Amino acid sequence: MEEKVLIEFKNVNKKYGKKVALNNVNFSVSSGRIVGLLGPNGAGKTTIIKLINGLLKDYTGEILIDGEKHGVKSKGIISYLPDVDYFQSWMKIKDTLSIFEDLYEDFDVEKAMNLMYKMNLSPNMRVKELSKGMKEKMRLILVMSRNAKIYILDEPIGGVDPASREVVLDTILNNYSPESLVLFSTHLISDIERVFDQVIFVKEGEIILHKDAEELRLERNKSIDEIFREEFKW
Amino acid sequence: MTFSFNDKFPIYMQIIDDIKAQLISEKLKTGDQVDSVRNLALFYGVNPNTIQKALSELEKEGLMKSESTSGRFINASKEKIDEIKDIVAKEKVSKFLNEMEGLGISKDKAVLMIMEE
Repeated sequence: MEEKVLIEFKNVNKKYGKKVALNNVNFSVSSGRIVGLLGPNGAGKTTIIKLINGLLKDYTGEILIDGEKHGVKSKGIISYLPDVDYFQSWMKIKDTLSIFEDLYEDFDVEKAMNLMYKMNLSPNMRVKELSKGMKEKMRLILVMSRNAKIYILDEPIGGVDPASREVVLDTILNNYSPESLVLFSTHLISDIERVFDQVIFVKEGEIILHKDAEELRLERNKSIDEIFREEFKW
Repeated sequence: MTFSFNDKFPIYMQIIDDIKAQLISEKLKTGDQVDSVRNLALFYGVNPNTIQKALSELEKEGLMKSESTSGRFINASKEKIDEIKDIVAKEKVSKFLNEMEGLGISKDKAVLMIMEE
């Protein structure tokens, strides 16, 4: 299977008012990869993710999604998990399923139902009855049940307890396809670093490292978590 | 996930070691079908490309072969397995001797202790 560049940033700069959020960011990531976007809070991870999704307008530089500028096509091939809640609390889980079914042609209800069952979520539960971790699982299932080319997950395991973290990772691994890309941001690395084949370190609006995870371990005899702690110590 | 990794070292090498250990203990034998990349990725809890890399290395070493239609099979002669056993045993001995040295115990003394055990 030939790898295809699915996301490309060329000299991207972004400011919020006078504050520089991203400073000359360049990177590209390809199909068949699970990539970790790593950095402390406020480093610029979410800005990068919003730019990938076409949610921020005023920036300089070029962003290509599957070789093209933002548009209807890029929207259709990206499945995005934001780090905020977007469902009303009165809804039942089954309502969220129908919303996704209406919104996305590539949504696989059966797959979503199977995953919900595996993660002990029942279609009749109300969103307001769910804990933070359960809500995260529900949203992850919805996003991963689309047959998209690019999956963008913003902090998918932040509120999930360690036991469920494994289920979340299993879901991501189970969904792996050589044709698609998973990019996910996190600041929790130790439990999950083995699912990444590449890592991107974001620090103060810049990409300070983008490398194959196994090469990094081989080069430095350290875990990604240890390398991360070194790069970000203050 | 039942396998415990040391994240300081490349994961694919640890998977290779684990599969070799299974060959030595005959949990895996010549002719056995190797599980799919997806299932192995889930079993070890690692990236599928990491599994792919481990399996290609094992193929290069002549311990597995893939058949385009029916998947991947163990293909390890007794000689090959003895060779691996030898390498693993030597690694364990040298690790043991290093640890003894750390305790200030010479190689000769360590040998004596083994004999008395």
